[in-house]
Amino acid sequence: MPKRPLVGVLALQGDFHEHGASLHKAGAEVTEVRHAESLKNIQGLIIPGGESTAIARLLIAYNLTDPIRGYIKQGLPTWGTCAGAILLAKNAPDLDRPTISVMDITVQRNAFGPQINSFEEDVYVDGISGLPMKAILIRAPIISDAGPKVSVLAKLSDGSIVAVKENNLLATSFHPELTNDHRMHGLFVKMARKYNQ
Amino acid sequence: MSANSSTENNSSTGTWTVKSGLAQMLKGGVIMDVVTAQQAEVAQESGAVAVMALERVPSDIRKDGGVARMSHVKLIKEIQASVSIPVMAKARIGHFVEAQILESLGVDYIDESEVLTVADEDNHIYKSDFSVPFVCGARNLGEALRRISEGAAMIRTKGEAGTGDIVEAVRHLRTINGEIRKLSSMLKDELFTAAKNLQVPIELLSAVAETGKLPVVNFSAGGVASPADAALMMQLGAEGVFVGSGIFKSAADITNETDRLNQQKAMATAIVKAVTYFEDPKILAEVSEAIPDNAMRGLSVAQLPTDELMAGRGN
Repeated sequence: MPKRPLVGVLALQGDFHEHGASLHKAGAEVTEVRHAESLKNIQGLIIPGGESTAIARLLIAYNLTDPIRGYIKQGLPTWGTCAGAILLAKNAPDLDRPTISVMDITVQRNAFGPQINSFEEDVYVDGISGLPMKAILIRAPIISDAGPKVSVLAKLSDGSIVAVKENNLLATSFHPELTNDHRMHGLFVKMARKYNQ
Repeated sequence: MSANSSTENNSSTGTWTVKSGLAQMLKGGVIMDVVTAQQAEVAQESGAVAVMALERVPSDIRKDGGVARMSHVKLIKEIQASVSIPVMAKARIGHFVEAQILESLGVDYIDESEVLTVADEDNHIYKSDFSVPFVCGARNLGEALRRISEGAAMIRTKGEAGTGDIVEAVRHLRTINGEIRKLSSMLKDELFTAAKNLQVPIELLSAVAETGKLPVVNFSAGGVASPADAALMMQLGAEGVFVGSGIFKSAADITNETDRLNQQKAMATAIVKAVTYFEDPKILAEVSEAIPDNAMRGLSVAQLPTDELMAGRGN
């Protein structure tokens, strides 16, 4: 049995419980992060789905932005889903308060319009073999531009980029944590297992 | 308007996962009642996860009387244009045409709400027909599961809207969670009797008995008027809170509009922080110090005549 790495889930707002449950099933121990001290011993960090404006304000109010950015720069594997992807992006023109801003991508918030346009679609994700993943896109962002060091892992049938990787960073527009398919969490747990602070 | 529309790309809108999923994204957050675009901006600035676009907050509906209907379309559009967070709006219980109008406006969630005047005393809206998700109020497990059978993708306990008195919100959340705990200890044959008594489908009831929770997100509503109230509901098991009159009816005695909005913003921000750090009394004390010293005055539910109570509408 491989060792279970300790993965933090930012628990200010959003679907952090769902990420915790998926991580457990994918072979990780989980801790909820609400204070900078909780970042100390983790081998991976997930920034969940939620409202990016709400999470951004809480990150600022409780001085979490700089510590998180610091750990990421040291190599902490970090994965943002939906709102999380927006917070990781260096360029998110529709977000009024940039926070973590470490990943060389441009993210367009709420790219498909109101909730009635939210949808699910099967996508193949680079690095995940077998059947396609069910991508759940809820008032979702798309990654409209990615820098030269960013690899594109998944696109929708219309060509929109919805999953990317840049060194220790992973960003997805969709929510594997809302499904029973834990392969993407498995991929992230593997990254976390290899990382020692 | 039909749900589950599919395209050749294997992509489908209006699915159950997509409808209940938005509620999952709102978890740990505060949904605020607003009556103007300016209030909506203050709500977003304070960290609200969504706003409920209304013509009158419940405490004014209570005061003014008359028939309370869906908000004016112009107002909803103004509020939609002013914020980037999801915008919800209320339809009357059973008024499926108000719901059709709200759906066509691109409202992100519809609240089929007892706060408005009831349009159909026998039937709720058949919510599964819509692509837009619905949230409905409930006082007990039977109401919650009946609404979910009709297609509600999110539940909120009703409380007693517009009072600023938390007593009913507490009662309703404790009732639902207590009923779920009882179900979890029942034998298989007893579940059929429970389904009969609660007037709900056995499949849905059995699923709740097995998982020990509702199949959709459950927020608390109706009476939250302080950060402590919000944290109380979170500790009792709510997954987030709706705040109606508690924010934009606080600081009501301040006549200067800018000053008043600033005080209300302080209240809104404090409630947002209290919902995130609901288990941390030190932070709760800090945020409680920052709120205006004139919270909404409120009405004690125990002193209200029964015909003025809203929670009993639509069971």
